[in-house]
Amino acid sequence: MIAIVDYGMGNLRSVQKGFARVGYQADITSDPKKMSGCDGIVLPGVGAFGDAMDNLREAGLIDPIVKAISNGIPFLGICLGLQLLFSESEELGVHRGLDLLPGRVRRFPEGERVPQIGWNQIHIQRETPLLSGVPDGAFFYCVHSFYVDPARKGDVIATTDYGIDYVSIAGEGHIFGVQFHPEKSQDAGLKILSNFGEIAG
Amino acid sequence: MLAKRIIPCLDVKNGRNVRGVKFSADQDAGDPIDLARRYDEEGADELVFYDITASAEKRDIVASLVRRVSEQVFIPFTVGGGVRTFDDIRTIIEEGAEKASINSAAVRNPDIINEGARSFGSQAIVGSMDAIRRDSSETDSVDLWWEVVVDGGRTPTGKNAVAWADELVDRGVGELVLNSIDADGTKDGYDIELTRTVADRVNVPIVASGGCGGPEHMYDVLESGHASAALAASIFHYEQYSIPEVKTYLAERGVVVRPLLDLGL
Repeated sequence: MIAIVDYGMGNLRSVQKGFARVGYQADITSDPKKMSGCDGIVLPGVGAFGDAMDNLREAGLIDPIVKAISNGIPFLGICLGLQLLFSESEELGVHRGLDLLPGRVRRFPEGERVPQIGWNQIHIQRETPLLSGVPDGAFFYCVHSFYVDPARKGDVIATTDYGIDYVSIAGEGHIFGVQFHPEKSQDAGLKILSNFGEIAG
Repeated sequence: MLAKRIIPCLDVKNGRNVRGVKFSADQDAGDPIDLARRYDEEGADELVFYDITASAEKRDIVASLVRRVSEQVFIPFTVGGGVRTFDDIRTIIEEGAEKASINSAAVRNPDIINEGARSFGSQAIVGSMDAIRRDSSETDSVDLWWEVVVDGGRTPTGKNAVAWADELVDRGVGELVLNSIDADGTKDGYDIELTRTVADRVNVPIVASGGCGGPEHMYDVLESGHASAALAASIFHYEQYSIPEVKTYLAERGVVVRPLLDLGL
């Protein structure tokens, strides 16, 4: 079973339906105990970084998630869930993140419309099972004002051009995060959910 | 590169389409899910459901529609038409739509935008406005301006569309839909000046609406009008143009559009 973490940051049902479409059962849960027993953890989310960390903390989810990941359970962060993997964010003040990947979350510079809303394409920087069967240059649906700036080059899986080249997929080992919404990105996105389902086993 | 978006708009009433090929305006034209799936398969970038249900059960009908769409369509979609209260927005978002589009209710109670953006994020709140061209023959001003109207174009508000766009953005909308009442239904093209004036002024994406008669109009409003997305209803419902035809036309002229990617899922 894949656990979709419910911590009060947006609608999770679309993610669940996306997994169902590609044949994987995913349960929406806020139960910290479920983190250790599942096959994979998905952390979606929209909203403010600081609120998200507060909600995770209040729900007692931070330690169980970090422990499950260190025990090898595959993890997929979506949108804000990608950003939360990093050390800190500069959204509305400086907030500490889960710090599973070193780096910082930054606001898009002046020049383009913010938030970025719409379909943008990925430029794959390194091979990963998460992108198996997904062509370089594929378009995904993006909605965000902030982006991740990993400290380690090896954590960059794909980049996207929006005035700057920002990191749209990051990860290390069995930890993955995507800035776009795979559950709203038609076949390209469903393929990523399907790949994650397979990684989770 | 960020692609320009092509957005079909489906008019629905009591959970059914109200327009479509082979049907007159007031006949039942089928299940909107079928039409939504077709547009999705053809490569629509997003869908808008414009709900004109007027009954007391409106919210339940909309909730059921949104739930069914989100089970079968894996592209973003917006629900608009008579979104009046915070609870209306909540229903639309919690049942699985990305965005709620708010028009007349924002004029009557602008705080609904702040409340919606605070609870669901700016990306979930679309400010939609209907605007009518006013020029010096109608006012003392020598400048062209646009007046915001509500109730489907019937009621003038005295508000300047450009100032209203500023206010909607300040209050937290993540996107603006500009519907030209002058152009709506004409098939003579979008109001390029209105679109460009607002697009150059505010920093959120602009969705142009009203007047589309073919792909050349979409090209004009995306290029000259600086819109991020073009919305159309009739040309798709009545199958005058398909989405692939429109996208091919645009791509041949250098507009970045998302090609359809079929991975068999």
